[in-house]
Amino acid sequence: MSQPKRTDAGGRIDRLRVLRFQFDGRRYQGYCGDTLASALLANDVHLTARSFKYHRPRGILALGAEEPNALVQLEQGAYTEPNVRATQIELYDGLIAHSQNRWPALGFDLGALNDTFSPLLPAGFYYKTFMWPASMWLRYEKAIRRMAGLGRAPCLPDPDRYDRMHAHCDVLVVGAGPAGLSAALSAARSGARVILADEQTEAGGQLLWERYDIDGHPAMAWVASVMAELAAAPEVRILARTLVSGYYDHNFVVACQRFDSPRSSAHAPRQRLWKIRAREVVLATGAVERALVFPDNDRPGIMLAGAVRGYLNRFGVTAGSRVVIATVGDDGYRTALDLASAGVAIAAVLDLRVRAAGFLPQQARARGIEVLTGQRIVATGGRMRVSAVRVQPFAGGTIREIACDLVAMSGGWIPTVHLFSQARGRLRFDARAGAFVPGEAMQPVRCAGSVQAAWLLHEALAQGFAAGGAAAQACGLEPARALELPQVSEPEATAADVALAHRGERASRRKQFVDFQADVTLADVGLAAREGYDAIEHLKRYTTAGMGVDQGKMGNANVVALLADARGEAAGTIGMSTFRPPYQPVSFSAIAGMDAGELFDPVRRTPMHEWHRRHGAVFEDAGQWKRACYYPRAGETLHASVQRECLAVRRGVGMLDASTLGKIDIQGPDAAEFLERIYCNPVRSLAPGRCRYGLMLKQDGMVFDDGVIARLAETHFLLTTTTGGAARVAAWLEEWLQTEWPMLKTYCTPVTEQYAQVAVSGPHSVELLAPLCSVDIRAMPFMSVRTGYVAGIGARIFRLSFAGGLGYEIAVPADRGYELWTTLMGAGERFDIAPYGTEAMHVLRAEKGFIIVGQETDGTVSPIDLGLDRLVRSDKFFIGQRSLARPDARRADRRQLVGLLTENPHEVLAEGTQLVAAPCTLARVAAEPVPMLGYVTSSYFSPSCGRSIALALVEAGVARIGQTLHAPLATRCVKVTLTAPRFVGDSDEVLHG
Amino acid sequence: MGDDASMRRFIGRDLVLGECPARACVELRGDPDDASFVRAVRTVTDLPLPLDPGRSAAGLLASILWLGPDRWLVCSDTQAGSDLAASLRAALAAIACAVVDVGAARIVYAVGGSNARAVLAKGCSLDLHERKFPLGHCAQTLLAKAPVLVHLSGAEPTFEIHVARSLRDYAWAWLRAAASEYAAEADDA
Repeated sequence: MSQPKRTDAGGRIDRLRVLRFQFDGRRYQGYCGDTLASALLANDVHLTARSFKYHRPRGILALGAEEPNALVQLEQGAYTEPNVRATQIELYDGLIAHSQNRWPALGFDLGALNDTFSPLLPAGFYYKTFMWPASMWLRYEKAIRRMAGLGRAPCLPDPDRYDRMHAHCDVLVVGAGPAGLSAALSAARSGARVILADEQTEAGGQLLWERYDIDGHPAMAWVASVMAELAAAPEVRILARTLVSGYYDHNFVVACQRFDSPRSSAHAPRQRLWKIRAREVVLATGAVERALVFPDNDRPGIMLAGAVRGYLNRFGVTAGSRVVIATVGDDGYRTALDLASAGVAIAAVLDLRVRAAGFLPQQARARGIEVLTGQRIVATGGRMRVSAVRVQPFAGGTIREIACDLVAMSGGWIPTVHLFSQARGRLRFDARAGAFVPGEAMQPVRCAGSVQAAWLLHEALAQGFAAGGAAAQACGLEPARALELPQVSEPEATAADVALAHRGERASRRKQFVDFQADVTLADVGLAAREGYDAIEHLKRYTTAGMGVDQGKMGNANVVALLADARGEAAGTIGMSTFRPPYQPVSFSAIAGMDAGELFDPVRRTPMHEWHRRHGAVFEDAGQWKRACYYPRAGETLHASVQRECLAVRRGVGMLDASTLGKIDIQGPDAAEFLERIYCNPVRSLAPGRCRYGLMLKQDGMVFDDGVIARLAETHFLLTTTTGGAARVAAWLEEWLQTEWPMLKTYCTPVTEQYAQVAVSGPHSVELLAPLCSVDIRAMPFMSVRTGYVAGIGARIFRLSFAGGLGYEIAVPADRGYELWTTLMGAGERFDIAPYGTEAMHVLRAEKGFIIVGQETDGTVSPIDLGLDRLVRSDKFFIGQRSLARPDARRADRRQLVGLLTENPHEVLAEGTQLVAAPCTLARVAAEPVPMLGYVTSSYFSPSCGRSIALALVEAGVARIGQTLHAPLATRCVKVTLTAPRFVGDSDEVLHG
Repeated sequence: MGDDASMRRFIGRDLVLGECPARACVELRGDPDDASFVRAVRTVTDLPLPLDPGRSAAGLLASILWLGPDRWLVCSDTQAGSDLAASLRAALAAIACAVVDVGAARIVYAVGGSNARAVLAKGCSLDLHERKFPLGHCAQTLLAKAPVLVHLSGAEPTFEIHVARSLRDYAWAWLRAAASEYAAEADDA
């Protein structure tokens, strides 16, 4: 298979390494060093896509990131990636790509009917057509999405690896063209930590394809020597294939690096997201060429002149065999001269300027190339490939048709100011360059080279050296020893007349594209302006110009210029629409990095986790913790397992892994005073060795967290918190200590992770534990704590129980937790001990009416509402006291905690079920709303009661005890009786012991 | 992966990951302006209390890591945690301070070799460059989504990563994944 458009020699490709690839099912060959675009052009394939809206045939237009047309679906199945610019895909062996947005085929696309009926599809078409009736939008949208979509997102899990790297540097240089390289070099010579990021596979920027000599040698020799010096510098990091996509506050810059091919190695990432924090940034982001606006300027084979030159010089590809060049400046002549040198026929150079007298036009004429000045293209021919242009002098006169298979257009250059703009830098209109350039910077950032409209190579080199040196100096580094600027020979260029680029043909009825990707034409911009959308941000949204995945990199300049003409103002007063990150799309996979699968979110496991797992525990998530929920025996359901576990605790002995409970160690002479202010119940009166249930409120008097306060010594306490509240409570305590009460000598240390804790509950717990404990646990009063040994392990022994009834909790250092658990399970065998999980714990505590913060409370429930006001001490200061003293806090009709018994004892209401006064169903309520009096917060089947039980928050609930309410369900209604919130008695063991 | 007793270890190209043996760790709180407090700590550890953020002091008996203006971590490989805590408590008995044994609360992973910084940079946003984070420095930060204490120590500089015991599996799985691109050729499967 030949590559008909490949030159015999030249280009930065390895002709010995042939790579095979497929595009739309056809097999082609390219060379190592090619992009997909250059390889397609080498095979004379221009037609690569259909346009977004009109489905017009489109070809490769540009050389790099600005490519608006040649978006392809890269690879297949799980590896597929949509909307990738063919100009940026590094060719590899076996590459498979498909065109997008066409059906049934690229050559014959039914969607092209849109082009035929395009008079019906003006700017703002969707707003005008699909706005009414509003309810129909959901239907229209589906059809429109199918018609207007680009590529397809992958449906399979991504099999590749991705990661993320944080990096820090003194100077980040974005772009490794002449300005970027010289900036990196001067910064590196100052000893700065430098990162040089460039999206290409090799450094050089425009020097990869422009024919310059530096210091008397081809420019790439200079590039090689600079890269060698940078590579040898210890503090320089070179990031190739790395596209800087986002520039955020504090010089935080995000870049995405891609590695050679999708399937190079099982261990190497496919892409890496760099998060770079730079003290100083130098943007040497270059410029992209501006297209010309003329009728049917989007046919395949109409390309940017710089791109044509680039494909020739970098890749050894002649994009056409008979070329017309249309230009507004001297730049187009470079393409003409380079092509002519390669033996390509130049049909004509069409210079839109009246005069073309510079060095380059003279060279062209000297070579016998026909130069037509003061003329423009008024029409083009050819469907799948341009076949001719018609040209006419501006002054009018005869129209001449010139046959060609390639049109190279050059409308001047547009500085790539996106990153500077993302960094909140102001843009300034440079009338000389006819483009927006960086103005005042808002962050420590400098620009160098063509991003500043410094088009000449020696200017770019000088600006780069200066910017790199200044950036290093701003980091406090000594400026590098005197740097000698390399000597450059380049022809003088006369100014381009960029105002000619966007003029178009007002009279033509043909489409003249301004934004190729969004299919926005000259007529659309004019219409939008006439309809009043004449502010740039309005125009953008109305016409969608600049809203494609290329964000109008190429098109925006002409849009602004046309709008300026329409308003009769200067482009500088129109301004640019805002550039936002990302400069170019970044895949979700790269953003997710390693945070996928088992690393998506940390899983926290208790020291006894492995035992639970081996004994068949079903786990539930409690925040990041995995907690054993229940331990089903063979064939047992959740219900059966929980009933069995509950009965074991009530009648024998059960054991719960309570290690996830938050624990905070409080020490210091003012510890008691501090806790007195934190808890709404009294703490100072607690005797050493005793424990108390404690409630913490927020300033609004609402319950924040609860747990047990254990006074280990006069100045030493241990608090427990809810599992989910551990971090929250520790932060809360620190906040009060550090900001409000720094005078209190108190130290808080979270010790949740230090201790494994086991709750041993049930009437046999004491018989099980007593022989294993070094202290006489029978003598321990309810709500007390002792220090001693359990099974030879140093432990704290608490006599308390969240399950109600007799129970102990044993805390040992976490590294002994597994040993403690297995020892106790072994010792418990003769008592038929059962491990119980969180589900049984919930049932057991509900039987006793113990609340769970977050289940019975939601931040709007006070201790009074919970019937716990007897715990609240009104004669002391505590957080929430003042709010609790408001009359509103004691309003009789607040929602209060009550118990519920359903009429049918086997009916277990769903948690969240609402309660109303009169029987009705949800269907009725939907038609005729009735006041909701409360809702179910907890609901279980209680084996001890032999029936269902529930807790609920009900308006004036305490006063309604004994009354009945109704729980409307979908088709029926459940009658419930309100009771006190306690179902299993043990009156001697009330909460506060 | 369970809470298995075996020590975790991974050797890659210019990279060694491993789990350190359990060590005594005590969290110490107190007033650095209280001369008697500083003196008493010195008596027990034979070390000056580091007063600058992110610094540590290391000696034969113990090392002390700065965690906050009034917060330090005292570690020892040679003493049991309860003994270390007991001797500190005894020396500090009359001083308003707190001594809390936190040795069982943590797992320490060591990350060494010239690729150590690259592995950690995948999950840690701090600048760990030797100019900014020299030997003896420590910092509390995040490694991926796990809160960690990072400490650069040892004769052959090694990053020690203290992580909550409950996150032992997560942190190891993350370290192994981050290290996978440095796998030795033989493990390249």
